[in-house]
Amino acid sequence: MNLTIVLQQLVNGISLGSLYGLVAIGYTMVYGVIRLINFAHGDVMMVGMYFAFVGVAMLFLPWWAAFLLSMIATAFVGVIIDRVAYKPLRNASRISALITAIGVSFFLENLFLVVFGGVPKAFPVPSVFGGAINIHGVIFPNIAIITPIVAMVFLAMLLFILHKTKYGMAMRALSLDMETVRIMGVNVDMVISIVFAIGSFLAALGGIFWAMRYPAINPLIGIMPGLKAFAAAVLGGIGSVAGAAIGGFIIGVSEILVVALFPALAGYKDAFAFLFLIFVLLFKPTGIMGEDLERGRF
Amino acid sequence: MNRNTILTVLSIVLLFLFVWYGEHHFTAYTIRIWENTAIFLMLAASYNLINGVTGQFSLEPNGFVAIGAYVAAILTLTPAQKEAMFIIEPMVPWLAHLHMSFLPALLVGGLVTAFVGFLLGFPVFRVRGDYLAIVTLGFGLTIRVISNNTITITNGALGLKGIASYTNIWWCFGWAVLSMIIIMRIVNSAFGRAMKAIRDDEDAAIAMGINTFWIKMAAFVIAAFFEGVGGGLLAHLITTISPTMFTFFLTFELLIIIVVGGLGSMTGTVIATVLVIWGSELLRVVEQPMNIFGLHIPGIPGMRMVIFSVLLIVIMIFAREGIMGQREFSWDAFFNFLKKVRARR
Repeated sequence: MNLTIVLQQLVNGISLGSLYGLVAIGYTMVYGVIRLINFAHGDVMMVGMYFAFVGVAMLFLPWWAAFLLSMIATAFVGVIIDRVAYKPLRNASRISALITAIGVSFFLENLFLVVFGGVPKAFPVPSVFGGAINIHGVIFPNIAIITPIVAMVFLAMLLFILHKTKYGMAMRALSLDMETVRIMGVNVDMVISIVFAIGSFLAALGGIFWAMRYPAINPLIGIMPGLKAFAAAVLGGIGSVAGAAIGGFIIGVSEILVVALFPALAGYKDAFAFLFLIFVLLFKPTGIMGEDLERGRF
Repeated sequence: MNRNTILTVLSIVLLFLFVWYGEHHFTAYTIRIWENTAIFLMLAASYNLINGVTGQFSLEPNGFVAIGAYVAAILTLTPAQKEAMFIIEPMVPWLAHLHMSFLPALLVGGLVTAFVGFLLGFPVFRVRGDYLAIVTLGFGLTIRVISNNTITITNGALGLKGIASYTNIWWCFGWAVLSMIIIMRIVNSAFGRAMKAIRDDEDAAIAMGINTFWIKMAAFVIAAFFEGVGGGLLAHLITTISPTMFTFFLTFELLIIIVVGGLGSMTGTVIATVLVIWGSELLRVVEQPMNIFGLHIPGIPGMRMVIFSVLLIVIMIFAREGIMGQREFSWDAFFNFLKKVRARR
């Protein structure tokens, strides 16, 4: 094991981690405002991939237009899911909402199975993201460089929205006390919709980059990354946006490093995130950035 | 014996008369669906013991069923079969020569599953609510990953083939009735009341001196045992098992059953199991091509699952109680109802 290989794996790990981070932000924000684990979030990511696929491969749009439209459309899907499935259950027990979320997740998976079939589709990767740069033996695929940069840009934008705008203030207030915020005259449902829109938008972004990294998509593709992203959100401290990003990096890098260091365990790759999750919940249930599970802070 | 016990025994006898009649007069297809119904009844009832009665929303049954199925199947396969089947890597020697008949294999499967449930209970019951759901979901996934990778024990992705088809309609209904009796007795005991107390208010239950951890653990282990046995029955019904059989889909089906029936009601579970299993067979119509007035409608494979997931969402939004809520059938209530009907007339 020399330095080149370690660096190479680190490059892989960071780009994978930033994808987990993008998806984890959606979990953490939704949990922050309405205390719901949005089970369907991984499937929303899958929806984003398919929208982009339809845009590029079937409607022949330029890739940037297809990607942007797909992210916007996915944001709407997120809002619709909230309005139709979660909003009627706002005052019901949290478990009822969770069961509904499982239903939504299954609905999306099976709807896309019916529409697109179970056969994996080849995702058309634009040439910009195709090549690779070789620096002293360490290969930097373009996608591995672009992913973390894009993730960072969007994370910065999100933090700006959260801390410098009125809606961001409303979101942070909502995570502390929904009823008081409602009494103060804030349109709570509107703010929650925006949270779903942002989360789904970022999930679609993560999904598109995921699809360019592993360019074969199927309707069940969102499950595994979704669950790992959730583990990342908990690791970072659920309710904290910066924590979700950090958690994503940790899960991504450690997943890649473990496989690189112990190739014999490669088959168990998908189980790692959960062992991680269980250990975090056992020893530091509040995660890295979280202080108290009952208080959201972003 | 009082009236209610006699009536219960009579209805069980009636059920077995129905099974006896069915065995001789039903088609193989109908019998198979009834077998499925009975196995799913047992799985759903034990799942409801954790989720509905104790109120610990968890998503692990597919993991437990997988463990039970693999253990029982490995035990009933003959050494010769195992040698022929494990082509990638030979089986570990201490398992390769192990051989048992059906009932002990089922019981060992159940016990191993219960033991795994016991071990799993320690970490997972340190968290509550939706975290418990995710952690147990992760357990189900981990079991699948493990069964895919421990090639010397489970034959990896190839799975196990040629399992003797010991399971018949008598085994299925026998176990279903047995599990229902045991679970109902638990639910109606002091133990069961402690479980319900945890569901209704865990903090209050702690304040009343209930050791919530061990009560939850007991529910979990009992459910794990029956889910393991159910897995063994399934394995010997289908005769081939592979890791892809025990996906989250299995858990989802059980979840629909207990939600439709009403979380916490065993009566509801019985009704819902029959409805869901038979309903899902009837819904096969939508997946087959149809000709209506000369109009050809191609079948849409996978449509059933879309309908089921919509059903789950609709029930959660509009009829959260399910069919029975948390009520149970009882003979007293039944006769009271009859009396009322007669009085009205």
